[in-house]
Amino acid sequence: MVDRQPVVARPWWLKLWSMQKSTTPINGHIEAEGLVKRYGDVTALDGLDLTVPEGTVLGLLGPNGSGKTTAVSILTTLIQSDGGHAVVAGADVAANPSEVRRRIGLSGQAAAVDENLTGFENLEMIGRLYHLGRKPAVERARELLERFSLTDAADRLAKGYSGGMRRRLDLAGALVAEPPVLFLDEPTTGLDPRSRNELWAVVDELVERGRTVLLTTQYMEEADTLADDIVVMDKGRRIAQGTADELKDLVGGERIEISVAFENEIPEARRILAGLAEDAPRVSNRTLTASVVGGAAKLPAALRAMDDARLTVTDVGLRRPTLDDVFLSLTGRTAEAAAVHLEVAAPGEAPVLEEVA
Amino acid sequence: MGRLTLALGDGVIVAQRNMRKITRQPELLVAVLIMPLVFVFLFSYVFGSAIEIEGGSYREFLIGGAFVMMLTFGSTFTGIGLADDIQKGIIDRFRSLPMSRGAVVFGRTASDVIYNVLSTIVMAGAGYLVGWRINNGFGSALLGFGLVLLFAYAFSWIMAYLGLKVRSVEAINNAGSLVIFPLTFVANTFVPTDGFPSALRTFAEWNPVSTVAHAARVQFGNIPETTPDPTAWPLENAALYSLGWVAAILAVFVPLSIRAFQQTATSN
Ligand SMILES: Nc1ncnc2c1ncn2[C@@H]1O[C@H](COP(=O)(O)OP(=O)(O)OP(=O)(O)O)[C@@H](O)[C@H]1O
Ligand SMILES: [Mg+2]
Repeated sequence: MVDRQPVVARPWWLKLWSMQKSTTPINGHIEAEGLVKRYGDVTALDGLDLTVPEGTVLGLLGPNGSGKTTAVSILTTLIQSDGGHAVVAGADVAANPSEVRRRIGLSGQAAAVDENLTGFENLEMIGRLYHLGRKPAVERARELLERFSLTDAADRLAKGYSGGMRRRLDLAGALVAEPPVLFLDEPTTGLDPRSRNELWAVVDELVERGRTVLLTTQYMEEADTLADDIVVMDKGRRIAQGTADELKDLVGGERIEISVAFENEIPEARRILAGLAEDAPRVSNRTLTASVVGGAAKLPAALRAMDDARLTVTDVGLRRPTLDDVFLSLTGRTAEAAAVHLEVAAPGEAPVLEEVA
Repeated sequence: MGRLTLALGDGVIVAQRNMRKITRQPELLVAVLIMPLVFVFLFSYVFGSAIEIEGGSYREFLIGGAFVMMLTFGSTFTGIGLADDIQKGIIDRFRSLPMSRGAVVFGRTASDVIYNVLSTIVMAGAGYLVGWRINNGFGSALLGFGLVLLFAYAFSWIMAYLGLKVRSVEAINNAGSLVIFPLTFVANTFVPTDGFPSALRTFAEWNPVSTVAHAARVQFGNIPETTPDPTAWPLENAALYSLGWVAAILAVFVPLSIRAFQQTATSN
């Protein structure tokens, strides 16, 4: 809640100055303009613009190395930008970083839990460092442990937590002070489906209570479920923005996927598919993919035509566009190819296949 | 609540967190307690058999130096602790919180004093076993311990700065040894400097490790009456000169470390 802002004593002249300011309640709005960040030759951010209205969720979607974490780090005052400026919850990140910190919660890409403290101690410490006071910090810690199904593990050292438990503890840490603005960097990476749904529910609840959330993800499905607005990033720039539906329309609706048994069947299969699809079918490993409109009708038609041509269809499916499709159509490269400078491959996204046959 | 109270409060929270760690990382604690034992016994029997101190005993001479050496080495824990926190992302978490800027490094240097106090107690006990005695009264000896601990505290700010800059536990271990070995050995720590080649001797005389060790020996009453008074200015004014170093180190490395802390972001 906004009214749970930690009260911090300031010199009298600052108090005078902030008196006029405090009459306007904190607005959890995020505005970034032309953010630039360079690391040597690498341009991590290349003039990024972002707007997140209060009480909405913005999903930053992009492949490895596209600059998502860099953007979050600048907005959370962990690093300074080389250009552009940003205002978070009414405070300028460069000019007034400590004020920004009072108004945000961050759950970074790598879970930052203290292994030598228990789950409870981790959260209680964060609460006290937000200056909630000792008792409220304890109560809040217990509450959050309950909320993230960590009550049983509350008094065990975080050293013994599983990856998913650490992730949840870290997320709980971001919520300790109930800040008006939350930054979640790949919050569901490494979570099992149940924990992921739990997290999604938490984000929904936060938004219901008027919080502003900026989250990064590599999964279209996640952005789809959570975000009001999605910004697709590539090479430190915004290459598209819109709701999930708008983005999907942009890349041409559903995808039809058909696999054939033999190499020499591909040309015929491609010809049939091309007749039904919106774009030229792509082929990889005897699997043909093309975007279609009205997939439910096109799929049986394609199957019938292939059957008539005596092709051996081994697999068939209809799926929604993935991040890869959005990428391919926006940049002409696959998301994987866009992330070439990364040594460790991120967990690949399995396409959501709706089996029909 | 004023600004200072706030900063102090944050520092205390961080120090408490580090202290919990002491008991939960027993390996580190064991190292802290065993190292001084090994040192005192090794040096007093190995070197002690070969080195003569005119009019006194080598073991009495040794302990003052061993204290300084041990506690200066102990300051690497500060750098290691910070580098470890950076690697685990804890520093990023701290930096995203509305806490006082210096609290993390202040809390860290403060809680690491505990290691050095434990080290001191163990070493004093071991020293007693090999024949070291306090000959100048307890109060004076406490001043001696205080000076060594203070010097080690100041030194831990240098290590804090290094830890925040190099960000790796292994690197800080190596960097620490690289600085601390020459500093503690080219000094009067283990042997009197009379026999050093003149350049080394001058370095040793102006080396704060020597002056801290000398001042401590004076406080413990470990300087034989027959030993002539030192002629080098730093040793003549050992306590004052040492305190000057403490002040200088803190004046430089407290602001440097706090700035380094603010600029630290875990690279991914
Ligand atoms: N501290 C740093 N030093 C050097 N280069 C960096 C640093 N941090 C980020 N980069 C580079 O900046 C670019 C953007 O990185 P960033 O971490 O923001 O990407 P990301 O979208 O978060 O990727 P991921 O999905 O892998 O988390 C990458 O090319 C990365 O190598
Ligand atoms: Mg990232």
